[in-house]
Amino acid sequence: MEYLIRFAQLHETFRKPETDSLAELTGVTIDWEFYSEKSPYSIVRLDGGEWNSARARNLIARSILATGIYELWGAGTDYASLHADVRRRTQAVWPECYTQSFRFEIDAFHGSRSTEERRRIYESFKYMGFIGGVDMSKPDNQFTVFEEYQLDAVGNAGPEPIRLYLGRAVAESGRKAVNKYNLKKRKYIATTSMDAELSLVTANMALAAPGRIAYDPFTGTGSFPLSCAHFGSAVAGSDLDGRSIRGAPQRNVATNFAQYNTSHLYLGGFVADVTNSPLVQRRFLDSIVCDPPYGVREGLKVLGSPRIELQQEVILQDGTPAHLAPGYIPPKKPYSFFRMLDDILAFSADRLVDRGRLCMWMPVAGAVEETGSDEAIVGGETEFAIPRHPALEVLSVCTQDFNKWSRRLLTYRRLKDQDINQTELATYKEYRKTMNNDEATQGHRFSADDLNDFRRKYFQGFKDGVV
Amino acid sequence: MKVLTLNFLTCARKTCKQNPAAFPLHPKEAELEQIETDINPLFIQNMLPRLDWEAMKTVTNELGLPNLPLETPTAEALVDESSGEPSQTLKDLHSLLMETSVASGKLVCANCGHEYAVKEGIANFLLPSHMV
Ligand SMILES: [Zn+2]
Repeated sequence: MEYLIRFAQLHETFRKPETDSLAELTGVTIDWEFYSEKSPYSIVRLDGGEWNSARARNLIARSILATGIYELWGAGTDYASLHADVRRRTQAVWPECYTQSFRFEIDAFHGSRSTEERRRIYESFKYMGFIGGVDMSKPDNQFTVFEEYQLDAVGNAGPEPIRLYLGRAVAESGRKAVNKYNLKKRKYIATTSMDAELSLVTANMALAAPGRIAYDPFTGTGSFPLSCAHFGSAVAGSDLDGRSIRGAPQRNVATNFAQYNTSHLYLGGFVADVTNSPLVQRRFLDSIVCDPPYGVREGLKVLGSPRIELQQEVILQDGTPAHLAPGYIPPKKPYSFFRMLDDILAFSADRLVDRGRLCMWMPVAGAVEETGSDEAIVGGETEFAIPRHPALEVLSVCTQDFNKWSRRLLTYRRLKDQDINQTELATYKEYRKTMNNDEATQGHRFSADDLNDFRRKYFQGFKDGVV
Repeated sequence: MKVLTLNFLTCARKTCKQNPAAFPLHPKEAELEQIETDINPLFIQNMLPRLDWEAMKTVTNELGLPNLPLETPTAEALVDESSGEPSQTLKDLHSLLMETSVASGKLVCANCGHEYAVKEGIANFLLPSHMV
């Protein structure tokens, strides 16, 4: 007894990891019997077999990239084989549907059907013998005929579908939230705010849920915490730039939470720097979600100064320390993007609970191409390595392509201490120590350009295009 | 900033991190705000084992709030035995951790004496260069 999951045909590499995350969250076992990034229709088996509407609904209820889940009543490569399969799979179920109301619809991917063709297709299912009558608004049974057409080399669909399914609707997904969280309707946003759809997907991948805490160390206007709170998680955020959190009196991160009625889940925002984080080194976070700054516009900064005179306390002419004066702005120094990613992983390993998740975005600097097997990242630019930490298992790597660049969502799971490879951990600690010592003893020899590989690539390599 | 958050915040200075005196930060001239919200028993229950209870007691005491139990309450203590409803302990914890916020004031490190300002509920942990 299989289910058909209907996906939106976009953000293809995110769809399966999002669903797998929701399976972990709801405790549903999911076997993927058919999945293709080229198709919106996938076939799965849940909990090893029998249909269970409550479990299926639970799995898909908060999915963003699925649109719904259907009992698979039949599959085929043409209508003859589809009808044969419907009989084989569901004949025993028909009697309980005889007197219930129903409705048919067609969902054609890369294709379309005229009203007359639709009517004929619906009638071809007459053998099931339903006499409960058609109810267009609230049918007891909603049947959908899924038709998938193949495109040729120039993008024209073939005359007949190559794959067909009949499904009985079980549940809609949580995709409506994408509209609710649309940035255009949000009172307080910035140019760098993550769009609602991928922000909500990130919250799903992070397993944000009631009873849990999520934290975003680069919170900006609060997109990720808002998405995590949508799913019931308590949230906190910080940012190096206090202005982004404070905003204006009626337009700030706190009013965003008020707009979505999740203020009760907003633990608070604070101004802080990841390299000098005030969060205790205790394992209390369920999720860490972030889109670290790439340093494209200003170069990355952390607290501190490369200028020797600023490494001592500065006394103003009136004899008071400069840092106590109102409006004091602490100096910042250049910071390598890759050093920052390393710091985020180390920070997360120290603060995530067992099986807690880190969801972090980073640029790819290369194009993703399909090679027939798994995702392979090729192309002219050197691909950035995926940062690793012995305590964090990489669960998924999802890629979003823009015109001139791509970015990835990396999802990590905090391993239980007993599952961490101790040799790796020892090597890793040695590496961190060496790196910290080098910085301390050799000072800050590098310019922001030298340090920030991405920034350099951005200016040298992408000059011809708009990002 | 909800009071719960104070249990997760320490001095941002690297030199203070290893020193037990740096945690918890001590509220000074704190103005509190109370906003009623629906009780979330699952959340409180999940948070209990993650809290540093000694720090909880110190901070509530310094904020002039009612005293907490001597030991971390157990999950059983959160439910009223006879009715199955939230117990008084759960209600008190919810009120303290999730309904009470620090609107303004200072958070002080007992190790280095540095004061972090809280304005409009937002604490500022940025350090001047000589403290980094
Ligand atoms: Zn201190």
